[in-house]
Amino acid sequence: MANTLGTSASAGFSAASTPEAQALYRRRRRGNGILLSLSVVATLFGLLWLVLILAALLYKGVSGLSVAVFTEMTPPPGSAGGLLNAIWGSLLMTVGGVLIGTPIGILAGTYMSEYGRGRKLTTVVRFINDILLAAPSIVIGLFVYEVMVVQMGHFSAWAGCVALAILVIPVVVRTTEDMLNLVPNQLREAAAALGLPRSIMIRHVAYKAAMSGIVTGVLLAIARVSGETAPLLFTALNNQFWSSDMNSPMSSLPVTIFQFALSPYQDWQSLAWTGALLITFTVLALNIVARAFLSPKAQK
Amino acid sequence: MNQLAMNTTGLAEKVSIRNLKFFYGDTQALKTINLPLFEKKVTAFIGPSGCGKSTLLRVLNRMYDLYPRQRAEGEVLFDGKNVLDPDQDRNMLRARIGMVFQKPTPFPMSIYDNIAFGIRLYESLSRSEMDGRVEAALTRAALWNEVKDKLNSSGLSLSGGQQQRLCIARTIAVRPEVVLFDEPCSALDPISTAKIEELIDELTTDYTIAIVTHNMQQAARVSDYTAFMYLGELIEFDETAKIFTSPSDKRTQDYITGRFG
Repeated sequence: MANTLGTSASAGFSAASTPEAQALYRRRRRGNGILLSLSVVATLFGLLWLVLILAALLYKGVSGLSVAVFTEMTPPPGSAGGLLNAIWGSLLMTVGGVLIGTPIGILAGTYMSEYGRGRKLTTVVRFINDILLAAPSIVIGLFVYEVMVVQMGHFSAWAGCVALAILVIPVVVRTTEDMLNLVPNQLREAAAALGLPRSIMIRHVAYKAAMSGIVTGVLLAIARVSGETAPLLFTALNNQFWSSDMNSPMSSLPVTIFQFALSPYQDWQSLAWTGALLITFTVLALNIVARAFLSPKAQK
Repeated sequence: MNQLAMNTTGLAEKVSIRNLKFFYGDTQALKTINLPLFEKKVTAFIGPSGCGKSTLLRVLNRMYDLYPRQRAEGEVLFDGKNVLDPDQDRNMLRARIGMVFQKPTPFPMSIYDNIAFGIRLYESLSRSEMDGRVEAALTRAALWNEVKDKLNSSGLSLSGGQQQRLCIARTIAVRPEVVLFDEPCSALDPISTAKIEELIDELTTDYTIAIVTHNMQQAARVSDYTAFMYLGELIEFDETAKIFTSPSDKRTQDYITGRFG
């Protein structure tokens, strides 16, 4: 092969015009075609399951969708009802978890990017944060069960909030650090050159420049925790009734789905499908909003 | 100091650099620099890349302090006080010695807020006083007529040359005494460059200016004094006309005639 190229080059011919080169080119085209087909098949295979899941959700979930889902409590088996207390519980605990987790995450990310860049502590925190990011949520549920539920003696919505907050923190830490690292150093120098103290530079310049990215991180964190079941199962448990008492067990959509879907009762199973549909489309909507925030238009 | 053989009567030294050495970690970037910046004059720093011009500029407002492992030795007297003193308040210093960078760096906020932001830090003004200060700064930077109808749009929506003038307006809005320009035109087109040069010329009525530039014509056009630096050393400092017509050092002559650099 090298010989062919060598002679044609020394003779001054175009290397692409020799028969050997054309055969090589045909072989490469064939290889390209095979790889492309394999990639397309793999993509379709992956997408197929997503489409099937969404189709099943729509098919089974939409039929159960009614006003009652949003206005009535979870029913005992055999009677009509809705998911209001579960939706309300999910909302309360997600908001609680995000309100606890987001400030901690943003402050930690700010330290790592603005104050501790290149320091040993930052490297260690980033490493631990990455582990936390990948930790199975059931482990976090068990941990909060041990440190809160067992200590308090009962399940509670607070424990649920804390479990969700622990899931929110690593996502927010990571995006905050990444987004602040993207803020050009020239902007920091420009602020310093005006005599701005670092804290003002961070709040008014760096955060502003990184805002859309940080908001996206928080939205993605909400999307992640809103479907979490295991941590809530160990902490907030469940509640058949309307409750806003953060000190007692509270219902949530994922746990209700878990309970109803495994039950032998037809109407509970139907409600579980509807609940799954609600969660899926909430997560979908959050992801779309997050993308809108990250779009170049939103950056301006 | 043979380079100060020129006539300096009637000139006040706003900034005096004395025996300044600078280190990046273990690497010495500046070797015993002695240089005055005369009040309300433009001093240009020229020299090939890596000769320490920008480093020298960044010592004057202690910008290097933002980074660990960078340190300066010697004295930089600013109105008689050594700015390298560890107890020198860096934010106060930077409010008095402003800086304009190579790349325009408007803050991600409105044109108005870009100017008002720095002022608010040190002065609490009424809305109308602030409006006046913003207008004055933008007028001074020859930008007012182009932006007066869109003060609330983002500073990032301006063109590169306008952004750079916005940065100059922002810098002079806090009323510094010295303005440092670090290659302010290297990212701009010739027309914007001409505007900035004109602006620098006008600023000398109130400010002491130091400018780093790679463009020797620019140095010749805008500056009163020129310092030629090479490999971390100050080779020659004199009136700009003298440097560009009859430099006393061979290396200066070689550089300005394009023989190296």
